[in-house]
Amino acid sequence: MDLTAFAESVGASDPVTVSGAGTRGGPMPDARCVAAPSGIVEFEPAEMTVRCGAGTTVNELLSTLAEAGQSLALPAGGTVGGALACGRSDVYRLGRGPVRDTLLQARYVGAQGQVVKAGGQTVKNVSGFDLCRLLVGSFGTLGFLGEVILRTRPRPAVSRWFATTDADPFALLGSLYRPASLLWDGETTWVCLEGHAEDVEAQAGSVSGAREVHGPPTLPVGSRRSVAPTSLRSLTGTFVAEIGVGVVHHGEPTPTGTAVSTEVRLLHGQIKGLFDPTGRLNPGLDVLDVLGTTGGMS
Amino acid sequence: MNGTLIRELRGVLGADRVLTGATELVLYARDASNISGSTSVVCLPTSTAEVQECVRAAVRHGVPFVARGSGTGLAGGAVPLDGAVVIALTKMNQVLSVDVENRMAWVEPGVLNLDLTRFTAPEGLHFAPDPSSQQSCSIGGNVANNSGGPHCLADGVTNSHILALEVVLPDGSVTVLGGEDPEPTGYDLRGVFVGSEGMLGITTKVCVRLTQNPPAVRTLLMDFSSVDDGANTVSAIIAGGILPAALEMMDRLCIQAVEAFVHAGLPLDAAAVLLVEVTGLPVGLDADVRRVIEIGREHGARSVRVAQDEAERLLLWKGRKSAFGAIARIKPNYYLHDTVVPRRRLTEVLAKVYEIAERHELLVLNVFHAGDGNLHPLLVFDRREPGTMERVHRAGEEIVAVSVAVGGVLSGEHGIGLEKRDYMSLMFGPDDLEAQALLRRAFDPLALANPMKVLPSPASCGDVHSVPEGAWI
Ligand SMILES: Cc1cc2nc3c(=O)[nH]c(=O)nc-3n(C[C@H](O)[C@H](O)[C@H](O)COP(=O)(O)OP(=O)(O)OC[C@H]3O[C@@H](n4cnc5c(N)ncnc54)[C@H](O)[C@@H]3O)c2cc1C
Ligand SMILES: Cc1cc2nc3c(=O)[nH]c(=O)nc-3n(C[C@H](O)[C@H](O)[C@H](O)COP(=O)(O)OP(=O)(O)OC[C@H]3O[C@@H](n4cnc5c(N)ncnc54)[C@H](O)[C@@H]3O)c2cc1C
Repeated sequence: MDLTAFAESVGASDPVTVSGAGTRGGPMPDARCVAAPSGIVEFEPAEMTVRCGAGTTVNELLSTLAEAGQSLALPAGGTVGGALACGRSDVYRLGRGPVRDTLLQARYVGAQGQVVKAGGQTVKNVSGFDLCRLLVGSFGTLGFLGEVILRTRPRPAVSRWFATTDADPFALLGSLYRPASLLWDGETTWVCLEGHAEDVEAQAGSVSGAREVHGPPTLPVGSRRSVAPTSLRSLTGTFVAEIGVGVVHHGEPTPTGTAVSTEVRLLHGQIKGLFDPTGRLNPGLDVLDVLGTTGGMS
Repeated sequence: MNGTLIRELRGVLGADRVLTGATELVLYARDASNISGSTSVVCLPTSTAEVQECVRAAVRHGVPFVARGSGTGLAGGAVPLDGAVVIALTKMNQVLSVDVENRMAWVEPGVLNLDLTRFTAPEGLHFAPDPSSQQSCSIGGNVANNSGGPHCLADGVTNSHILALEVVLPDGSVTVLGGEDPEPTGYDLRGVFVGSEGMLGITTKVCVRLTQNPPAVRTLLMDFSSVDDGANTVSAIIAGGILPAALEMMDRLCIQAVEAFVHAGLPLDAAAVLLVEVTGLPVGLDADVRRVIEIGREHGARSVRVAQDEAERLLLWKGRKSAFGAIARIKPNYYLHDTVVPRRRLTEVLAKVYEIAERHELLVLNVFHAGDGNLHPLLVFDRREPGTMERVHRAGEEIVAVSVAVGGVLSGEHGIGLEKRDYMSLMFGPDDLEAQALLRRAFDPLALANPMKVLPSPASCGDVHSVPEGAWI
């Protein structure tokens, strides 16, 4: 399926929803369901960008990029479109950056069934308003991603995980140079170090009590919270916190009612109202209340 | 009408922070581009509440308002049109707080880019975006233009370094977009505000992400007997999986101008030099430096000079960063362009840039962020020579068109402003532009925040030469 066919499938009138791999809530009920085109369209390693259908699975993309020694900062497991629409990063955000910095260009289908281009294909671009930023994390409420161009990154020579119960994770944030990940459950600290083998070895050597482990710990699935990194020290309960970032994987559901200012709420209403006047895209989904509608973020 | 507005503004700010003198108004009617407009009054607020009152007063009178930082913008973004109220943020220049552990700081928008980096240096931290104008441009201006700099190759441009913004929205209300937390609920309004060129409201506080200073730095200069060799080296370095902290290029005329200015020992007979900076942990750094030198030699590098100490490193960078000052020695006027092309098309586009300049009988110097394909062809001329400006504009148009034709974009870091507004249709179709207009309408239904910038009005769509009435280039 190409973009034009995708646009036709979205159409211009009835309520419609889009599904990726369904790992994050998938489509909304009571609406016709469509899926974005999939497949890698163009991969130019020397450009460090890749163009693909939004329906492509992140795993497929990663394995193609790996052949050229590259990777990208999208969470594995679902589709590219789903990962961008959710805008939630995986535990490597500290070192690899947020999902929103990955999207360079999007061709999406708007509420009138029109194909819209946002952004540019080069790694640097300030031509006009940055609609890509608006689309990442918009949960398909403003348009359905059809085809995207993403920024790739070199794969580090070595990537190793270590754990320790002897070190203060907040001190490690200051003393280690750009760890890829730094997790803490209140007792144990896990750190992922990447780069040249000898540098990784030397950095690991500076972490008191560090022993090598297979990977990150199993994350509690009660809720995924976003808090100011300053408040991580005072966490209670069962949790794994991303130090230096502020994402907390918690055993308990999120306490309800995230505070959103009246002005921000108003802006959301205006944006949704202008981009999708009849509310036909992912009907019923409120991005300000995503926890309620997607059945909880693991 | 303006009389009442000015009285109200004086009531808010006091007479000394409301400027209406003829000389002052002329000064604030332009930025660092070649474009001028007109303003009827300039406000110098010192707090969010004052900015809010200024915006409210302008809105009450239906008069457009324009935020202004240091006025170093190169696309006419801060140029007021038709007597718009200028709200200059220069007096809001305090660093409010620095959280060293979590590497973030709250600053007022008028803080100068380099001042922030100097302020946090004792903590081993810096603000990563480093535009060549960093001594004079403001953080608020960096946010509005999503500015870049040599060291944005590996670390990303301004948008990657902004966590939250306190803003006065175009209706005069105040709120915070984004937050200190990584994934604030809802649309990424912080993200769309960055780069919106003052058209979605005025930033009054900025929460920036600070970056750890690297443990080790190596800076090297390679020189080439052809521009193609230099450009091919750039592509090969990126293709080789190395992302240097910075990867800059200068061509012959530029090298000569800079050398006469800073005496850094640059090779005057080279066709191009590459300035490469690699940062990181010692072993990986050594490996990267060795590989970069190897790639350079494979592509015809004549010599490789590795800075031996910090003084030499700073000297090499001084050469790069003072290129614009140096150029003033060649001709009185310059026009700096800013487009991006896919990195593998650099060679071909550079060749076309030289060809275009030659055809229009203009001198062109190239000094640019080669690593991300961000070209900065610099046309130098004397505007007093009859017919020059037409040639300058025609050449500029062709450079933009050539860049877009190979899959490039209109601007990499200077923004669209007035300068490139009417080129937007080269890159975007009607549906694409309409979506951008919707975003603007959602924030500013009355279109009073910096109107007539960025988005071509339907009437001027495709008419590439028009500049709004009252403005002159
Ligand atoms: C067990 C498990 C745990 C996971 N944990 C995490 C985690 O902690 N953090 C994390 O980031 N990821 C996590 N993931 C991965 C994550 O689910 C996916 O990367 C992605 O975020 C969802 O992709 P999807 O294709 O399944 O989306 P879906 O669940 O199909 O859709 C999610 C939302 O995106 C919308 N959407 C889908 N495609 C498009 C499109 N083309 N255009 C517009 N909107 C679209 C849908 O309408 C829906 O609202 C996990 C996956 C699994 C299986
Ligand atoms: C010699 C020279 C070299 C340069 N090199 C670079 C470079 O390497 N990289 C680069 O990216 N740019 C460069 N520039 C361009 C310019 O310095 C940047 O765009 C800079 O970020 C502008 O900051 P400013 O404070 O001068 O903003 P201004 O020129 O005052 O304003 C720029 C835009 O921002 C808006 N604005 C300003 N403050 C606010 C605010 N508080 N809230 C909302 N909107 C606001 C204005 O309305 C306007 O649209 C260079 C300019 C010069 C003259």
